[in-house]
Amino acid sequence: MAQESYMTGAMTTACAPSTTLARSARRWLGTALPLAPGLAIVFGFVLLPCLWLVWLSVLNDAGQFGTENYQRIVEQVSYRRIFLTTFSVSLQTVACCLVLGVPLATFITSLPDRTRALFIACILFPLWTSLLVRAYAWLVILQRNGLVNSWLLQAGLIDEPLPLAFNTFATVLGMTHIMLPVFLLPVIGAMRGIDRGLMRAAASMGASRGHAYRTVFLPLALPGILAGASLTFVMSLGFYVTPAILGGGNVQVISMRIARSLSTYSNFGAAAAIGVVLLLTTFAMLGVSLLLRKLLLRR
Amino acid sequence: MLDGFGQNRLLAAFGWAFALAMMVFLVAPSLIVVPMSFSASDFLEFPPRELSLRWYFSFWESAAWLRAARASLVIGVLTVALALPLGTLAAYGTRDLPPRAQVAVGAVLLMPAIIPSILVAIGLFFLLARMDLIGTYTGVVLGHTALAIPVVYVIMTAAFADFDRNLERAAESLGASRWMIWRSVIIPNIKGALFAGGLLAFVTSLDEVVVAMFITSGSNATLPKVMFSALRDHIDPTVAAISTMLITVAVGAVIALLRGERRRRTT
Repeated sequence: MAQESYMTGAMTTACAPSTTLARSARRWLGTALPLAPGLAIVFGFVLLPCLWLVWLSVLNDAGQFGTENYQRIVEQVSYRRIFLTTFSVSLQTVACCLVLGVPLATFITSLPDRTRALFIACILFPLWTSLLVRAYAWLVILQRNGLVNSWLLQAGLIDEPLPLAFNTFATVLGMTHIMLPVFLLPVIGAMRGIDRGLMRAAASMGASRGHAYRTVFLPLALPGILAGASLTFVMSLGFYVTPAILGGGNVQVISMRIARSLSTYSNFGAAAAIGVVLLLTTFAMLGVSLLLRKLLLRR
Repeated sequence: MLDGFGQNRLLAAFGWAFALAMMVFLVAPSLIVVPMSFSASDFLEFPPRELSLRWYFSFWESAAWLRAARASLVIGVLTVALALPLGTLAAYGTRDLPPRAQVAVGAVLLMPAIIPSILVAIGLFFLLARMDLIGTYTGVVLGHTALAIPVVYVIMTAAFADFDRNLERAAESLGASRWMIWRSVIIPNIKGALFAGGLLAFVTSLDEVVVAMFITSGSNATLPKVMFSALRDHIDPTVAAISTMLITVAVGAVIALLRGERRRRTT
């Protein structure tokens, strides 16, 4: 969209007689041309399909305009449960990332360069490993005759296997494993940017370690923490593979419902309508986090 | 970070213990799969009591797995071939835009990374069905390219931010053509980032499940798609062997990247 306006802008200025204008027009064209193909692919194969979903969602079974698909979402209890499950699983994932990630990021930030690079390599490693490999690994660890259960049984700590896999616990654990690196990177970035002198100043003025951490360090790291947390939450809302495998059908999230509406029931309208709700929720959450960030940075 | 407060032995020890435990949490689960893939038994045990390569043979002897692996490779390579130049050119073009337009273009190009992949998947399903491209390589490659462009774009934007544009202007003033400037000035300067971007685009395509699930079928079903159904229905130890091979690819890629970076720093 933006690129089109530059194209037309370039066209109109190119017609102007001034040579400086012609030169700047050439420059605009030089900008628009390299941008165009990438934007076209993203527009054509991601944004356009999503707009199509919006269109399909407002058509009823007879192919006419109607809000039936949305009415069903509002009225049926099963939809409400799926939305609640999705939100709850996502919030739990964010909570785990905050509880584990903020202290970990603080520690990693305090390390000397070489050691920190080693830790960051460990954080990057899971990012490069396929989601499926990781879901599989957690199944191996958590299932009925998996590692944890067989070790606990051998040690005589339990008499029968604990139900660790195929539930919310396994889903949140798997999602935390996936989102923690994504959460850590912006947080570590923000913490690295904090002026160390401020903490020394706090110390010299008699603040205790905990007090200085709470009142100086954390508020300065807050924009980064907020960015990481909102990214984690927004991405968690759309998870499909991890809940499907580690939840084992016991954890129904929005994405799974969309897939089922389409592949099992061939109900395009319903799939599209839930999809639009998911899309709007995603954008609303992003908007809220941007707004919060603005407020924080202004203060 | 909390310097100025002196050393607190207990706190430091606790910090190390916690951080190391978290590293184990992040890295160990995927690595556990490696020894298990060499197990001779029918079910998964750790550590394996008897070693064998039977699950690797079960991969190499299965026409279905091999077909999926080949489809994934072909789609991955074609995705890199499209996403790398397009993402690079987009990052190159964005530099000249006024700040507001830069933000807008960046937002559009990053959309594929933000929109839940299930939506991209079903949206593409409708679109490609209309274009008669379901189950074709063209369809998946276009979808994967759209998903890989943001990744390349982010890396290349960072690379161009470090790139001294005076080199380009100098070449221009000496009469070099656009093509020559790219070939002998720009590309040699962003080589490392191009390598990283290409690698990431490949991994993005190689790991992508959800889109592939909806728009591929039979002969061009990708490895993750087949793995996903194998995992959902029953736990096939062949997946451990495939996972080990995928982890090897990931580790190899990270090492190649780190080496490239070190070489860039030393020269």
